[in-house]
Amino acid sequence: MSQILCSPTPVTTQDGIRALLADKGGEEYYKQMRALPVDQNALANDLQQTCKSRTRTWLEICAHCGMCADSCFFYKANNNDPAQIPSYKIQSTLGEMLKRKGKVDTAFMMHAMDVAWGQCTCCNRCGLYCPHGIDTGVMFSYLRGILFKHGFVPWELKIGSGMHRVYGAQMDVTEEDWVDTCEWMVDENSDEWPGLEIPVEKEGCDVMYICNAREVKHYPEDLARAAILFHVTGTSWTVPREGWETTSLTMFAGDWEGCSQNLERIYAAVERLKPKMVVGTECGHAHRATVVEGPYWAGRESGDAPVPFLHYVEWVAKVLREGKLKLNPSKKIKVPCTLQDACNYVRNDGLGRYTREIMSYIAEDFREMSPHNEHNFCCGGGGGLNGIGLYRKERNIGLKHKLDQIRATGAQLVVTPCHNCWDAIRDMMEVYEEHNIKWTFLKPLLIDMMEIPPNIEHVSQE
Amino acid sequence: MMQTLTGPCFVISLTVFVVGMLVRAVWYVRGLDWRLERVAYAYHKDRSIPGALVSIGKWLVPGGTQGWRTQPVAAIAFFLLHFGAVLIPLFLLGHTVLLEHHLGISLPALPQGLADLLCIASITGLILIGVRRFTSPVLQQLNTRQDWFVLVLTFLPFFTGFMARLDIGAYDTWMLLHVLTGELFLVLAPFTKLAHIVLFFMSRAQLGMDFAIKRGGDSRGGAYPW
Repeated sequence: MSQILCSPTPVTTQDGIRALLADKGGEEYYKQMRALPVDQNALANDLQQTCKSRTRTWLEICAHCGMCADSCFFYKANNNDPAQIPSYKIQSTLGEMLKRKGKVDTAFMMHAMDVAWGQCTCCNRCGLYCPHGIDTGVMFSYLRGILFKHGFVPWELKIGSGMHRVYGAQMDVTEEDWVDTCEWMVDENSDEWPGLEIPVEKEGCDVMYICNAREVKHYPEDLARAAILFHVTGTSWTVPREGWETTSLTMFAGDWEGCSQNLERIYAAVERLKPKMVVGTECGHAHRATVVEGPYWAGRESGDAPVPFLHYVEWVAKVLREGKLKLNPSKKIKVPCTLQDACNYVRNDGLGRYTREIMSYIAEDFREMSPHNEHNFCCGGGGGLNGIGLYRKERNIGLKHKLDQIRATGAQLVVTPCHNCWDAIRDMMEVYEEHNIKWTFLKPLLIDMMEIPPNIEHVSQE
Repeated sequence: MMQTLTGPCFVISLTVFVVGMLVRAVWYVRGLDWRLERVAYAYHKDRSIPGALVSIGKWLVPGGTQGWRTQPVAAIAFFLLHFGAVLIPLFLLGHTVLLEHHLGISLPALPQGLADLLCIASITGLILIGVRRFTSPVLQQLNTRQDWFVLVLTFLPFFTGFMARLDIGAYDTWMLLHVLTGELFLVLAPFTKLAHIVLFFMSRAQLGMDFAIKRGGDSRGGAYPW
């Protein structure tokens, strides 16, 4: 008999992760899922614990007015398919589960999984359009938690949750890999930037920087750019040896225990290094997981992090405003450009004002998408959807909606300070063969535009 | 018959309505859980109170929110219905007399012309909502028998009351039907989607607090703009 890959138990060992990774595309994993029994009593109990007055009221008083339909990019991108109305999606999954008091079968749970991950990115846009204040995205997030607990979670997110539990990061980046990467990036760039440092585990700095394992593993130059920007702005900064990973595939997976573990690592680093503030990289969901929801997972009654936690865009706006980072106005972006508002820190943390402040410094022809800021649509790949092979087709259909929104601005460049949005925009350009629009994070733009202060040594490599 | 209906039956149905709604409101608040919902309800009062009030207030104003502005047809139908649905039960002359007689509560009465206008608006709103349900594929997907039942339950007191008011025949029958359907509405409201009469305020306040306390209130300086 083959190894058990799909079960309600989270992955907590390297062997477990290896076994899942060896099952290419999750073929065996999904096969096992189709035979995974539903523990109906446990499910009834979990529904009881998860769905209290707020959720029950939301499900019950939904007037079926349909105002949420047009707010959902999936509904629009699928030619107004009634099955994509947020209200219908949640009523026919979580609502039905509650009505049946957990007496549902495997096929039902798998359908709920398809809807919870393949038809909703938890962008929370529908919550802004419901007169009764029903936030369907929030309910889907709780539904994901229930599904995760019972083993009905997409293969990639089962792995993602396991990675966090085993490596403390969304990818298999060990502490040694991390510290080595920091040293490597300093070596790579010290000819150009003599004196450049990535101080690991330094106490009492102004800033503790935390980032995304993908940057460390796949594009470490992002870490180098962060270091250069801290260096040029004269920022006293450090990175922790442990607790440096700010993303949370556990949040996408609905693995709340894993979410708490991530937070504990980061907060422990804050406790050890006592920075004045923490700055996180250009990632949306990481900010949501660490700063918006995170304090609650760490059990903090005030809902606030122990020290101010800034998204990268807040930090950039701050150093621009304070004049610590000066940009050469002649290097401003000349082509028409637009800005992708990430749901997780714009709609769900009000940081749109900072990205716009930054745009005023860097772009000559900045064009807003319509709608934008809090009302912007999801990139199409949020909530973990980018990474799930099973729903690639569904995602690609949704991407078209964002592409149309970008094209309507006439922009040739999309400034995208969020990993998920960045991936989604890259993929939509490929899928829909749009070759005239580029996309970028902020850091490379800032490095190109910045003026180097006289006290910073710089040896041009050209 | 009429005396029983406007006497003890009225008092009983009003009691069921008021107590039922109170129970739902109390149950809602008691069921809130800061850890589960991840909203620090007890903290940041400087943001949470305005957050809750703005979340309710803006949605009570036609065109007050982006949601209303992007869905003008739905908004017109809802507001046509709801102005009358809130004001007529409380402030129509006949109703104020009943309330004063049984409860000693004295409320100002609406001028008859305004009351007529509100009633016609409400009936128009209800018909528009019904038409919208028949014609919109979205609503065909969503609507259930309970939704139609609630719509009819709301329509009947307005319609019967208006027929009695027109006084074009069978006044007593229309009035009897009006009192009956009105009391049926009161008795059933706490047990159906009509509980939104109070739960609308609860739910809106909760989401307003959620955004003001947790989801950007600090960056936005308080209430979510809706």
